[in-house]
Amino acid sequence: MAIAHEFAYHRAASLHEAVEVLTRAGPGAWVLAGGTDLVPWLRDDAVHPELVVDIKGVPGLSDITVEDRVLRLGPLVTFTELIESKLIEDHLPLLAEMAETVASHGVRNRASIVGNICSAVPSCDSGPALLVLEADIEMLSAEGTRSVPITGWFTGPRATVRRPEEVVTGITIPLPEGEHGGVYLKLQRYEGEDLSQAGVAILALEGNRYRVAFGAVGPVPSRAPSIEAHLEGIDLTAEAIAGAKALVGDEISPITDMRATKEYRARMCEVMLGRGLEAAVSRRDGTGPAYGTRLV
Amino acid sequence: MKTPITITVNGEARLIDVEPSDVLLDVLRTGLGVKSPKIGCERGDCGTCTIMLDGRTARSCLVLAIETDGHEVLTVEGVLQNGELTELQDLFIAMNSFQCGFCAPGIVLAAREFLAANPDPSRYDVQHALAGNLCRCTGYEPIIDAVLAAARGITEEVPA
Ligand code: FES
Ligand code: FES
Repeated sequence: MAIAHEFAYHRAASLHEAVEVLTRAGPGAWVLAGGTDLVPWLRDDAVHPELVVDIKGVPGLSDITVEDRVLRLGPLVTFTELIESKLIEDHLPLLAEMAETVASHGVRNRASIVGNICSAVPSCDSGPALLVLEADIEMLSAEGTRSVPITGWFTGPRATVRRPEEVVTGITIPLPEGEHGGVYLKLQRYEGEDLSQAGVAILALEGNRYRVAFGAVGPVPSRAPSIEAHLEGIDLTAEAIAGAKALVGDEISPITDMRATKEYRARMCEVMLGRGLEAAVSRRDGTGPAYGTRLV
Repeated sequence: MKTPITITVNGEARLIDVEPSDVLLDVLRTGLGVKSPKIGCERGDCGTCTIMLDGRTARSCLVLAIETDGHEVLTVEGVLQNGELTELQDLFIAMNSFQCGFCAPGIVLAAREFLAANPDPSRYDVQHALAGNLCRCTGYEPIIDAVLAAARGITEEVPA
């Protein structure tokens, strides 16, 4: 089935030029990165851009760098590039573990992590991982640059604080201090390519501090402050885990859809939280299951 | 508005006029007569439309043709070595890996890319790598067997 909607196409040579074109065109203009969401949405007649601005001709947007203990992902970094990056493996293997679960290999080769959070579907895998890593999203507009913490990024299903004329120029992540261990667990109907039925990201830090985030069990991916507060400073005993699991219901608002019932999602979030906490802590302490090990 | 673009398809520069809304899969098949990428789900789920775009597998149903102006596409038609099938393709035939063959062009390209990066895979690795290429006929086992055989360099005729 062809795309019925007609639109104009512009290949930008720089991000400044992309911003100029977007600003001139107004809200009917869309940014095109990997296209793995935009093209099917066009075919489904779900979006109707007048203009599509392709940023893949801009050099340097696939860079992954670490400088002054800040990891930076360019706006075209694909999930495959996250999986293959030595810097990610050395500094934040949680991102590679998450990336491995996204769609299928052929899609990961083009889909970008920035595109994933710009599409902002509630089940996006990047959301929970970036939430526990306390990432910031950098944007450029005619007014200049701004940076938004990921906690304030998602505003609803398929909605973010990004204005139509803004271009995301990168994601920055302050590398956690001290020993830390992360985990991303994704519940799927089958392994290898499915959207998340429920996702849990956890980061265990020194001093028994924990960050926990859920995906696909609410309108937006979100942190779980009551669980984090409950676990703060305590050892991860069976009792502590049971207490954390008891708080899951307060932190999520799953729905029933074709992929799972809300009851199944809620129950599995507890199971994944328990397994995830143990894995994150043992990874932090150097004993844990290797990143990429299937935990659910 | 139709725009002229040039795509290098299987080593040959091809000039064609496209609308921005034209999808690469349709342009390859209808505009350029390259029929090995198949039209399946048209939403990125099945992998039958798989091509190599600038050296990486991609789903041509998720790419606008106009994005590929100046880029390189490889399909199964271009995979032949001196007009001969590759060892992997021979193994697929020898091991009766496919039935209707609709998924085969995509799986050949996906498996080829996978083997180049993973010369010594486990069965699970192959399953994971090919999970995005759906086959409605075979149950996958003979496909996975052939990919593993190719990895182990088994070239002799394999009994069916
Ligand atoms: S037709 Fe492209 S993935 Fe199914
Ligand atoms: S052999 Fe028929 S779809 Fe795979």
